[in-house]
Amino acid sequence: MDVVIANLPLYLEGFSVTLLLLAVGGLGALVLGTLIAAMRISPIATLRVIATVYTEIIRNTPLTLVVIFCAIILPILGSELPYLIAGMIALAVYTSPFIAEALRSGINGVPVGQAEAARSLGLGFGLTVSLIVLPQAFRMTIPPLINVLIALTKNTSVVGGVGFVSELFGVGRTLANANGDAVIAVLIGVAFFYLIVTVPLGLLATKLERKWVVQR
Amino acid sequence: MSGASVLFDAPGPKARRLSRILSAVTAVVVVAGLGWVFATLNAPRESGGITLPGMFDTVRWTIVADPEMWSFIIGVGVWGTLRAAAVAAVLAIAIGIVLSLLRSSTIAWVRIPTAVLIEFFRGMPVLLMMLFILLVAGTGQYWAVVSALAIYNGALIGETLRAGLVALPRGQREAALSVGMRPLQSKMLVEFPQAFRQMLPIIVAQLVVLLKDTSLAYIVGYPELLRVTLNNLGSFYGNRYLFTLWCIAFVLYLVIDLALSWFARWLARRTDRRYRTGKGAAVEDPNQALLMAQAVASARESESRGPA
Repeated sequence: MDVVIANLPLYLEGFSVTLLLLAVGGLGALVLGTLIAAMRISPIATLRVIATVYTEIIRNTPLTLVVIFCAIILPILGSELPYLIAGMIALAVYTSPFIAEALRSGINGVPVGQAEAARSLGLGFGLTVSLIVLPQAFRMTIPPLINVLIALTKNTSVVGGVGFVSELFGVGRTLANANGDAVIAVLIGVAFFYLIVTVPLGLLATKLERKWVVQR
Repeated sequence: MSGASVLFDAPGPKARRLSRILSAVTAVVVVAGLGWVFATLNAPRESGGITLPGMFDTVRWTIVADPEMWSFIIGVGVWGTLRAAAVAAVLAIAIGIVLSLLRSSTIAWVRIPTAVLIEFFRGMPVLLMMLFILLVAGTGQYWAVVSALAIYNGALIGETLRAGLVALPRGQREAALSVGMRPLQSKMLVEFPQAFRQMLPIIVAQLVVLLKDTSLAYIVGYPELLRVTLNNLGSFYGNRYLFTLWCIAFVLYLVIDLALSWFARWLARRTDRRYRTGKGAAVEDPNQALLMAQAVASARESESRGPA
């Protein structure tokens, strides 16, 4: 336990990098994912095909492969991005199809009758979507989105593992190598920091989902 | 809301033509973009006075014709990945079954610690668990990878199965008890088989994730597909083949994962047809499906506790 307390500044530094990766990666994924989801329901066939192919490919590629591409292959191709930025890009790209799926399943969860009723009352596309469909889709989208963010939190460790970024996992590995006699304490300290993000988010997701499922 | 067609008026000839034109324009733009990427990668580059060949130059791809490389990739890499994934999958299902039974026990002293344990394992990165087992238990890389994957996915599968158990109609248990079965018999012979079957699509989708996660073994140094291609072969053939090797790993992963996801979807469709006619949604993301199952289960739980 002493090791953890002695190295608390180092832990907090790693934790802040993890949170940074989570925030920027999550925001990027949200933007990309919304774009992909919009492309998948667009009336233009080519856009639909592109979005589907993108989703299939990224979803079936391991995150490690994506991170390695950004951290090791891109520099060979001549990019000069710092590793932290490369890691953020990798996380955003990898997470975007999951966000798109969460959004799409939320919108698909609204019964067709709702939109039909709105249309039959004479509401146009804009009013139907903004007043009828999206408010109902929203509550079904938030719990899955929180779940995607939990997965993203855990996935930031891969960036530390591959990409020479010293976030929480990287800090843990360095400390574990330096303090061979206190490996258990060091790694449990790291786990604690991950858990204070993931467990509350998980409880929130379950609570919201429970509330909204019962309402339905 | 399947299909956006309800939202629009049926497109007339003008709108259809516009959409066709936009479609063609996008296709051209995308093909041009891909062509540009290809050309950029393929352009020879100057670096420190030496001209490096382009990424798709034949010089960089000569190793593809080397049968020894392929036998190494398949024999060590793919085999390592599949071996770790298969053993971890079997263990994960076993752990999941045990955890789900403990988690739905009637004894609070068993139920609550198991719930805490499951939350603990679910909230932690698998990678951290691998490192922990590698450094603390000193099991060697293979067992570190396999047991971390087994524990993490076992916790998830356990939670899935528990949700399946709770979501079963109460009449199943009541009927089993009324014909004289003991509670444990009822659970093992009547409830559990049904829960398992209903949750099978989610479990298989989780196993696809497990297969993808074996690539994390790259970081702890177990020789699987990624490590074999990028590290071992990368240092054997030299850095200029790194891009080629990455492409090979990418394609191999894609083939394996797509085949397994396709199988998972087929299985989901099949189980849906048999047991839940009407609801035809295949499991895309196990996390989301689990969330739904949990919510349904807890809704059922609160229903049965409320005033009758």
